Amino acid sequence: MANEVVDHGRRRFLTAATAVVGGVGVVSVAVPFIKSWEPSARAKAAGAPVTQSLAKIESGQQLIVGWRSLPVFIVNRTKDQLATLPTQDSRLVDPKSDGASAQQQPKYAQNEARSIKPEWLVMVGICTHLGCVPGYVGEMKPEPFDPNWKGGYYCPCHHSRYDMAGRVYQGVPAPKNMQIPPYHFIDDTTIQIGVDPKGAA
Amino acid sequence: MANVLSNIGDWVGERAPGLAPFYRKHMSEYYAPKNFNLWYYFGVLAMVVLVNQILTGIFLTMNYNPSAAGAFDSVQYIMRDVEWGWLIRYMHSTGASLFFVVVFLHMFRGLMYGSYKRPREMVWLLGMLIFLVLMAEAFMGYVLPWGNMSFWGAKVIISLFGTIPFIGNTLVEWIMGDFLPADSTLNRFFALHVIALPIVLLLLVVLHIFALHEVGSNNPDGVDIKHGPKGNRWDANKPADGVPFHPYYTVHDLVGIGFLLLIAAFIIFFAPTFGGWFLEHDNSIMANNLVTPAEIKPVWYFTPFYAIVRMVPSFFGSAVWGVLAMFGAIAVLFFLPWFDRGQVRSIRYRGTGYKVALGLFVVAFLGLGAVGTGITAEVIPKWFGNVDLTTWENLFGRLMTIIYFGFFPFLWAYTHFGWEKTKPVPERVTGHD
Repeated sequence: MANEVVDHGRRRFLTAATAVVGGVGVVSVAVPFIKSWEPSARAKAAGAPVTQSLAKIESGQQLIVGWRSLPVFIVNRTKDQLATLPTQDSRLVDPKSDGASAQQQPKYAQNEARSIKPEWLVMVGICTHLGCVPGYVGEMKPEPFDPNWKGGYYCPCHHSRYDMAGRVYQGVPAPKNMQIPPYHFIDDTTIQIGVDPKGAA
Repeated sequence: MANVLSNIGDWVGERAPGLAPFYRKHMSEYYAPKNFNLWYYFGVLAMVVLVNQILTGIFLTMNYNPSAAGAFDSVQYIMRDVEWGWLIRYMHSTGASLFFVVVFLHMFRGLMYGSYKRPREMVWLLGMLIFLVLMAEAFMGYVLPWGNMSFWGAKVIISLFGTIPFIGNTLVEWIMGDFLPADSTLNRFFALHVIALPIVLLLLVVLHIFALHEVGSNNPDGVDIKHGPKGNRWDANKPADGVPFHPYYTVHDLVGIGFLLLIAAFIIFFAPTFGGWFLEHDNSIMANNLVTPAEIKPVWYFTPFYAIVRMVPSFFGSAVWGVLAMFGAIAVLFFLPWFDRGQVRSIRYRGTGYKVALGLFVVAFLGLGAVGTGITAEVIPKWFGNVDLTTWENLFGRLMTIIYFGFFPFLWAYTHFGWEKTKPVPERVTGHD
């Protein structure tokens, strides 16, 4: 107790060491609080990727599956439907999906057919206008809303029209092409919605 | 009786010797300049609104149910079934908008009379922090009724963080605690809105006032009364141009408070939604993640900042620039005391350039508000006929954005290079006796 000489270097070291240990403690305690804001196990389960077999979807047929409480359209497009896609470019708002719709699909689906494999369309079935669910009108025949109809989607709410790749036509209220979710092929006839292919951002 | 009271006073005084000096420092012996005008009401009015928000907010939580399933219904329950619930909720919702009215005017007063300048930089910085916390508080409160605008407003505002490269999507999911605004989002916003942010807000308000009372209030002449002649009716060593805050300004402020309450009561009783400006019509529909409202726009007090997001185009395939510009529009205000190198505080004695610049700044702020609220989208076709709306709206909005940001470098150059021709500042406040 009667130590007359104060070792300032030792004192500084002890003060600094105590402060560092205290700081590590504060940061460590913050981790659980910050992590508690991440999606909970229940939220993750509800938003989990959906696996769907494509084996029983006939050519020209559409199947609707739910993913993150959104309807996802899966269509086995026919050769004719695919062949008409390039012919519609001049009537579309953003045929290359690189303008207003640049964010509406992952990079690996930013192509003419807006898909990984041309015949398989996988798309969130929500109209980009007000969020209605457009109807699938796949046949190429004159329709009341369009005498030159080449197949696609027609929204009952405000008459927005999309082609067979979910690209929006000009002169309708919807501003963008419909959204393509992240998905990948597990094998030739099974897809998983909600997960990008390996190696794709 | 007087004896008993005096004894109690002595008893407290002995045990809490700091109380009486504290009261004197902040109330009865805080000398405020005697030339305050109308603009000096808005600080105290903001405090009145804050008290109203806390009081009505506490009573709203007594019947509100913070869950995605129950929130909307519980707000309707408050509006229809709870005795006087409608009044308490309308007091809270009207208070939210009036809060921003008085705070914007309070801040403009600071710009006009140079209240942010030395030695009051700390008062300004704390005030800006209050403004920031207030915006977060207002946004989260707006989400709580869980109407469709609440939901989509929350989605759009939170998505702003998604534009940040690399971490954006993870950050968005972290904020929401889900992939869409959901139960978890609503619950955490409720916790932040009713506990976390109000505590921070109250602390900042106390610090704001303490910081002010250290340096003393500015006034419309921008004269430092502490450096002027000494000696007034109450104290020979205090500023000649000061009057004690209590009772002079407390009584004076009661008049302003009366006017505020009158206006607030009119809105609450006759126009509680204020034509969709204070409470949006789309919020009378329950949150629906499958149906987007026809037009998603924030409440009026966010529109000038929100418009900036829309006006800044994407570069290098990223939309982050608009978001940076929006936050920059608020951040740049923090540094105002250092942009302005001028020595003269009040607009009464400043150069013409400053007056014009401040006027343009206000025009830009209101112009951006007009873009954000959709006023320009309505009047451009009406006034100019069948023109390309997007082009003209962008042209106008971008001009306003440039003027808004241009104010700061202009102010720096104008004062730094000595271009400003100021008028002589009087020794004492004008109109003294």
